[in-house]
Amino acid sequence: MSDKKHHNPEEHFREQHLMLDPMPRGQMNDMVMESMHTTSWKFWVVAAILAVISFIGLGVDWYRLIMEGQGLAGVMRPDYWGIFLVNTVFWIGISHAGTFISAILRVFKAEFRRPFTRAAELMTTFGLVQAGFSIFMHMGRVWLSYWLMPYPNQRQLWPNFHSPLSWDLLAITTYLLSSTMYLFLPLIPDMAMARDRSTGWRKTFYKVLALGFRGTEGEWAHLRTAMNIFAFAIIPVMFSVHTIVSWDFAMATRPGWSSTIFGPYFVIGALHSGMGAVVMVLAVVRGTMKHMKYFIRPEHFEGIARLMLIISMAWAYFFFNDYIVQWYGGDKWTKTLLHWHEAGPMGWMWFAMLIFNIAIPWSILWNKKWRSTPWLLFIVGLLINVGMWFERYIIVPISVTINRMPFTWRLYQPGIEVPMGIGTVAFFILLYMLASRLVPLIPVWEVQEGQMAHSLTKFGRETVMTVSELE
Amino acid sequence: MTTIDLNMVGAKGALVEAAEGKWGMVIDQDLCTGCQACVTACAMENNIAFVGEEDAGYGRSMHWIRIERFWEGHYPHVKMTHYQPMLCQQCGKAPCEPVCPAFATVHSQSEQVNVQVYNRCVGTRYCGNNCPYQVRSFNWFDYNDERINKAIATLKHQFNPDVTVRRRGIMEKCSFCIQRIHKAQDKAKSEGREVADGEFTTACAQACPADAIVFGRVDNPESLVSQLMAEGHGVQHLSELGTLPRVTYLVGGQ
Repeated sequence: MSDKKHHNPEEHFREQHLMLDPMPRGQMNDMVMESMHTTSWKFWVVAAILAVISFIGLGVDWYRLIMEGQGLAGVMRPDYWGIFLVNTVFWIGISHAGTFISAILRVFKAEFRRPFTRAAELMTTFGLVQAGFSIFMHMGRVWLSYWLMPYPNQRQLWPNFHSPLSWDLLAITTYLLSSTMYLFLPLIPDMAMARDRSTGWRKTFYKVLALGFRGTEGEWAHLRTAMNIFAFAIIPVMFSVHTIVSWDFAMATRPGWSSTIFGPYFVIGALHSGMGAVVMVLAVVRGTMKHMKYFIRPEHFEGIARLMLIISMAWAYFFFNDYIVQWYGGDKWTKTLLHWHEAGPMGWMWFAMLIFNIAIPWSILWNKKWRSTPWLLFIVGLLINVGMWFERYIIVPISVTINRMPFTWRLYQPGIEVPMGIGTVAFFILLYMLASRLVPLIPVWEVQEGQMAHSLTKFGRETVMTVSELE
Repeated sequence: MTTIDLNMVGAKGALVEAAEGKWGMVIDQDLCTGCQACVTACAMENNIAFVGEEDAGYGRSMHWIRIERFWEGHYPHVKMTHYQPMLCQQCGKAPCEPVCPAFATVHSQSEQVNVQVYNRCVGTRYCGNNCPYQVRSFNWFDYNDERINKAIATLKHQFNPDVTVRRRGIMEKCSFCIQRIHKAQDKAKSEGREVADGEFTTACAQACPADAIVFGRVDNPESLVSQLMAEGHGVQHLSELGTLPRVTYLVGGQ
């Protein structure tokens, strides 16, 4: 790593940058295949524990909630909305990371994205699955949830398109479908690669998913066009989905919610927790899967951490903006609410949110050495996610405690939401673990494309990295 | 009465009606003794579930009308202020209506009250959240199921046959005793006349021993409700939100 060890600058560059450390395509393919196939007994122990937790949370507890009623959760008057809604917003937030990394960084040609776009896109799809679970858990009569869909029926009953919840349903469905397609498109060449290197049921599995991809010039041209269209088209979808989620709150006539800044504030919050989650996943993938230390290097953590620092600063700005505008508005209920946030019985959560979301990222991520350390970033990412969950908790159950009818004020105490929320976390990790056995986590073709484009050039005595346009 | 140009409102999707409305209520807080007779009568009339001590203590009581108590000062110099019966204000421009994704809470165009369609409700509870008066109650459990609530096995014999019994997972709220409105209208129609003022009233108004609650037509200037509203010291709660409430509170009168 250090300059003292390598007198040759080329060797130094090679060790630091994946793009300058090329390997033959066949060898990289074999490494990725091997990382998918090498499964230790520890993996199955963890997977079994997670399966049990998911089954209890999403199976047993949800069954009881449906059969007995929402009263098992901590909701009451005035806290009609509780942790289920907190988790919905939280998981949609997590899902923003994948799109942000793979679409925005792809559009802006940020080269460090190449090895981990797939890992981030998987988070989008699996995070949205948990968000879907959480929103359906929240409904009093979930068995009638299809009434929210505009389907033709004899009585000509339609959903109410004035309701932000209807917009929400459409936005989340659009996002789930488009992000799944966007996950699938760059996966096709890797599925074809895996198909050519497997036997038995795996071969059938990859054969179906590879859609007969052979790697001809025409196929690549079509694939590239499709990916380009999706990369540009999915960015507004991503921004709109969390803005619309924020409108569930901002459109309501409640003190503390009627805030025009909620849209961008929620989007930045989503990216904040999403980037934290990406860094956690990458640290675990790098630490536990075979050959991943070649593909995912400190430079990638450093790149993401820089984004995390910028997003943390942006979040701080939007938080302050939201706070100061509401405070300056001078509405007496809003003032009561803001006082309740910091000085009420849950004030510790408000301060913890500020420490986890602002103080900790700012004090650690400024240092290049620290932000290149995977385990340290794992902790920062975890704390940011805790802080962002606290933020949503403050916005939903703590804020609805205060309304314009002081006689009804009451503090929310969570019930069955807690094991069910833990169930969604366990199910997310479980899905990811199983996917890591079936889906090539590294887009080999994308890495190789980058490696072909990068080269070292000497300008006088200085050796610099240059990138050429392949297309 | 509020003077809002009604051609300008309604952007939020609520059905906008005439500013004066049709049915209305006047509650005289100077007369209210906080005896809770209205709460009991309402529970009997509208088959309201008994949630038990524990759930009621946690804010899950399902009464459509509640008596709010307020006090001023700190112990020992505490002064009770007026009792405030709080029920659905049957807003002309109700915040609960546009937010329901299933059209389960809508305006009755003939009676101009806000009605809850129980069998259309899917339980998102957005309306309860968006109600500034916090008067909607949710069926947290199947309180009317004998397997869950043993007491209902005998209590079910006093159910009012004119009113639906609600099941778990749906929202409910005060209907201005719409079953009584319909009954009186049907009777008057069969006799070929209009419903007379004071011919019928809601359960809460009927039970009030102090006659603090008066119900009737607000679009008829001759009715008792209209005359009380014209007295001048009436207030409508949170009218600054533009909800056009149909309940007027009289407080501080002579």
